[in-house]
Amino acid sequence: MSPSDHRPGTLLNGSEAFPHRHLTGIAGLQPHEIMFLLDEAEQWVEANKERGRLSDRLTGLTQINAFFENSTRTLLSFEIAGKRLGADVVNMHAGQSSVKKGETLIDTAVTLNAMRADVIVIRHGSSGAVQLIADKVDCPVLNAGDGWHEHPTQALLDALTIRRRRGAIAGQRVVICGDILHSRVARSNILALTALAAEVRVVAPSTLMPAEVERMGVTPFSDFDEALEGADVVMMLRLQNERMSGGFIPSTREFHMRYGLTPERLARAKPDALVMHPGPMNRGVEITSSVADDRERSAITEQVAMGVAVRMACLDVLTRHERGVEGWA
Amino acid sequence: MKRLFTNARLVLPDHVAEGSLLIDGDTIAAVGAVEAPSDAETVDASGLLLAPALVDLGVFAMDKAAMRAGGIARIGLMPDQSPILDGPGIIQRATAMGKPELWVHPIAAATAGLEGSDLGEMAINAEAGARAVATGRRWIADSGMMRKVLAYARDCGLAVIAHAEDSGLAGNAVATAGETATRLGLPAAPAIAEALAIARDLMLAEESGAHIHFRQVTTADGFELIRAAKRAGMPVTCGITPAHLLLSDAAMTDFRTFAHLSPPLRSEADRQAALRALADGTIDVIGSGHDPRGPEEKRLPFADAAPGMAGAETLLALSLGLVRDEVVSLERLFALLAANPARILRLATGTLEAGRPADLILVDPDTPWQISADRMTAKAGNTPFDGLPVQGRTVALFKGGSEIL
Repeated sequence: MSPSDHRPGTLLNGSEAFPHRHLTGIAGLQPHEIMFLLDEAEQWVEANKERGRLSDRLTGLTQINAFFENSTRTLLSFEIAGKRLGADVVNMHAGQSSVKKGETLIDTAVTLNAMRADVIVIRHGSSGAVQLIADKVDCPVLNAGDGWHEHPTQALLDALTIRRRRGAIAGQRVVICGDILHSRVARSNILALTALAAEVRVVAPSTLMPAEVERMGVTPFSDFDEALEGADVVMMLRLQNERMSGGFIPSTREFHMRYGLTPERLARAKPDALVMHPGPMNRGVEITSSVADDRERSAITEQVAMGVAVRMACLDVLTRHERGVEGWA
Repeated sequence: MKRLFTNARLVLPDHVAEGSLLIDGDTIAAVGAVEAPSDAETVDASGLLLAPALVDLGVFAMDKAAMRAGGIARIGLMPDQSPILDGPGIIQRATAMGKPELWVHPIAAATAGLEGSDLGEMAINAEAGARAVATGRRWIADSGMMRKVLAYARDCGLAVIAHAEDSGLAGNAVATAGETATRLGLPAAPAIAEALAIARDLMLAEESGAHIHFRQVTTADGFELIRAAKRAGMPVTCGITPAHLLLSDAAMTDFRTFAHLSPPLRSEADRQAALRALADGTIDVIGSGHDPRGPEEKRLPFADAAPGMAGAETLLALSLGLVRDEVVSLERLFALLAANPARILRLATGTLEAGRPADLILVDPDTPWQISADRMTAKAGNTPFDGLPVQGRTVALFKGGSEIL
């Protein structure tokens, strides 16, 4: 573990350390609050190497994972996180829900609320949907990805991975490459990493670059090779074919030629640069297998492990008030 | 019946003057220093503004209560109704449905069913009471079709009311491309989608000589094109809503669906350009864009929510703010709210002149009140101005000489 100098969790009393009721996004979090969540996650990283339930902190609480959009790894990660903390975890898939019968999102939220969930984890295909639900329920809400907007736990787990592997986040040159336009992972990472004083470069063809992205404190590039110069971290994004209609790129073959991370291209980054990918990967498109599977350089598997720790930390912190943990009243 | 308003501040076409106004039956009989006829009922206006009742061009709902509250006597109703205003029977029914509180002037579909593929029956619909034709909420993507619409409308003596958004660029966008849309992760289209649409339609209109009215122009590039076309002497007019004059895309922050409009709210630079265009005469009409949407359509994630706002009852108060801010004079404001839209719809109303219909409002321009989504009289309270303190209220509304209560 690479400890941070910044330990607000031990310096501030609980309610000041993280005064937010929900985690709907990284936007609105102060840098010390992001660091607090990373510090909280640290304690679960080593513990997660053990088998079985790790804690009974959430025993007696009901965690509902309401996934209105398909997901395997994020749902699994939240489910494991909840269970390792002793929560009763219920998964609700959109395919099985009354949403298919025409129920509005607000009605669904009211229904979930009436079932007295203690924490709700939501993924939804529309930006802002999680905020809409959070405004209607009495318990904490965790955003597991909403549209193109935010995926805060992904950004936290990425930040934790970087901090552990590189020793710090501040001052790191992080290159995020791929479909920035449609990526909630990119938005949350930009917010988290810039808040923690990393230098962030975003790379995409102009057709996949959101307008005025530089106003989020990043430097946009369309030339991947140029952006990679001196990079400490190279974060590749999945080419989201399902979110594209109308040809944003000529072909995946051409995308690979210009934006695929190959060993030759990676050589432009620092020799010890870290390779990351939120998964699932399109091997041979945005990343070649030899890079993805390079245990020295790739942190992709580690990101998955950090995901469980981060989600445990978020579930723990957000339910402290409800559980009457001292300092969180 | 004769009615004499005394002690009024009359909003005349070119100035505001203290004086009286006499109505005889449904018509304005005299304006200014009027001798009181012995058989006239006298109304002491007590120094209130006496102005033309508003003519709201391009509304989507026949919402009588909201129009009454907003001092609106006549509306130009967009064809996007159910059923679509594209047949004489439907046009006649729409005309009749507002009576007696509201004068509804239907705007017929420029293309059959607003599909953009076949010409609408413009002459038949005009005969039935349609005052103009419109492309509806959408742009006609087929340039050949738009060319035919303009040429045919010119033959029929009708203005074409156009929606200016290049649909290829706009796609399924719900916001203007920029920092706010990027941060919120919303599908967004570049602001030039508007200018591109205007540029094409202006070229086609110039060729045909048709009168084209862009219902809402909201970007600096768009205004520049309109300005140039007017300088060249083309019969082009354009409108805007208070929302695009007073709000930028920052109002969408926190996914406020009340700020989900079509065209979407623009950048602050475009908003400033709109204020300049209002001041220099490029803009001809301020309309409410009245399109009330209930919670079923608004309490949804931003991109899934329907665009539109309840604008009728806030139109006058928000517009009076532009006078206080010295963007426009009072008399010009009423040209924007009444005389110009009336002219586009070929109506004789909209100005305080003898011989015109007695469509009048008494306005207290200083009454303070607060816009509240929960207390709207409209069919729904979706206003992006919820909570805003404003000044100015309609005290009385007269349509054809009769007071509308």
